Amino acid sequence: MAKRIDVSALTAYYGAHKAIDGITLHVEPASVTAFIGPSGCGKSTFLRTLNRMHEVTPGGRVEGKVLLDNEDLYGQGVDPVSVRRTVGMVFQRPNPFPTMSIYDNVAAGLKLNGIKYRRSELDDIVEKNLRGANLWNEVKDRLGRPGSGLSGGQQQRLCIARATAVEPDVLLMDEPCSALDPISTLAIEDLIDKLKTEYTIVIVTHNMQQAARVSDRTAFFNLAAIGEPGRLIEVDATEKIFSNPSVQATEDYISGRFG
Amino acid sequence: MSSPSAPPPTPSPPSPMKEAGARSTTRLGDRIFSGLSKGSGIALLVIMAAIAVFLAIRAGIAIAADEGNFLTTFEWDANADPPRFGIAVLLFGTVVSSVIAMVLAVPVAVGIALFISHYAPRRLATPLAYVVDLLAAVPSIVYGLWGALYLVPRMTGPFQWLDDVLGWTGVFAYDGTPARSLMTVGLLLAVMILPIITSVTREVFLQTPKANQEAALALGATRWEVIRMTVLPFGRSGVISASMLGLGRALGETMAVATVLSPSFLINASLLESGGGTFAQNIASQFKEAGSMGRDALIASGLVLFLLTLLVNGAARLIIARRKEYSGANA
Repeated sequence: MAKRIDVSALTAYYGAHKAIDGITLHVEPASVTAFIGPSGCGKSTFLRTLNRMHEVTPGGRVEGKVLLDNEDLYGQGVDPVSVRRTVGMVFQRPNPFPTMSIYDNVAAGLKLNGIKYRRSELDDIVEKNLRGANLWNEVKDRLGRPGSGLSGGQQQRLCIARATAVEPDVLLMDEPCSALDPISTLAIEDLIDKLKTEYTIVIVTHNMQQAARVSDRTAFFNLAAIGEPGRLIEVDATEKIFSNPSVQATEDYISGRFG
Repeated sequence: MSSPSAPPPTPSPPSPMKEAGARSTTRLGDRIFSGLSKGSGIALLVIMAAIAVFLAIRAGIAIAADEGNFLTTFEWDANADPPRFGIAVLLFGTVVSSVIAMVLAVPVAVGIALFISHYAPRRLATPLAYVVDLLAAVPSIVYGLWGALYLVPRMTGPFQWLDDVLGWTGVFAYDGTPARSLMTVGLLLAVMILPIITSVTREVFLQTPKANQEAALALGATRWEVIRMTVLPFGRSGVISASMLGLGRALGETMAVATVLSPSFLINASLLESGGGTFAQNIASQFKEAGSMGRDALIASGLVLFLLTLLVNGAARLIIARRKEYSGANA
């Protein structure tokens, strides 16, 4: 089930360095929200605070609140492991497990919950998610082959299938197409459009056409200077951000005047 | 230098590119270097062949003169006339003590390596890695002395306990005599091969791609599940290679075994009671008093050790090659 995300006054640090400062943002359920902004503005850091991956980095810590349908991800006694089961993530570079077959990659997350699935159940889940990732027809005859043998675009769709197989509520995507060619990018964008009916999707992208194509809402991040923390400048409906943004900096960035 | 495919010389002035291209094959530095490396490669083969031929000839002489059966005789009277000797006891002792060492050392080494690479805070990991490496710097005779003077007297208690619990199997029967047995040797060998296995596995574990570990985390894996999903499979072939390095050392270890073991040419069903021997230990113990035939007999046993090591390494390579495409090397 897609869930709503409410972030309030979120600040993230790497050791003593403040990476993002005081971000307040709402993400609508079953929609696509794009994060855009220049390099180093903290989009990826912010994304990683949404599934508590930020704290995996040594020195990474967070202040503020992230509510997932009114449940605070940073509340007392909340296990980051269970947060990551509800908030899935797709990374910049396709990263299928090299030691596993295509099938086992998709099933990887299911083996974590301690639940034993029957082989037939597992077969169904793998097929459903590979179909969901528009990959089934390309790999159905070689499910036992290593995932690392696929093309970059196929690997990324495999990673999406792996992320959706555990049925998360939210799907975070950190520049999922930046290592892919235009055709594979198009395939992923089509997929995002299809997935948004079931998942709340947050995507970080450097490609503004992509943000305009796939997202319902767009958030623009910026930083005052190198070394300063990143801030949220504005967030609005994507058409509004790209046609008539309320902040001058957003218009400058989108029209290519800087960044 | 001219090759059949080279174009015929033309009167027109050659372009600088062509000139450079033509000269690059005959440049002096290149020729010296390629000669040197080719020479080293050939030298290695020549040396190996020389050793193999020497071993084979001397071993052949000894085996031909052997009155007993070289493979099955439980005796080593190579200096007698006629000589009677066989490697059965040595093969048993070498394999058993090395297997004990591997069984004890590999899990511990993998555990230490995982602790250093994935659990310990950096302040602890660095000195710990250093201490483990330091273990490798201790000379084997020192291990032997430590084994004989410290370990042997202290094994009596544990062996007695093993006898109480598992004595009925026969393998762990113990008669209370000083513990100069294959089990003690195996334990000592385990300590000796621990550092090499640990440091190689640690390096391999540290090379697990961060992207894969993060992928597992993002799926909701705990730290142990991350290790089981990514680090261990990724490091699998490295652990096997590291174990083989350790096994190679255990199979060939001489001084430590010779110092601890109380050898005899009997196969004792109990691993806790003294007796038995290993190839390297037997060579070291007998070489001084051996006559010409005795030496040839020892060389023959050395040849068997050489073949055994070769076999073990071949098997390890097979295991690694079988899952090559899943190894992660292409990721």
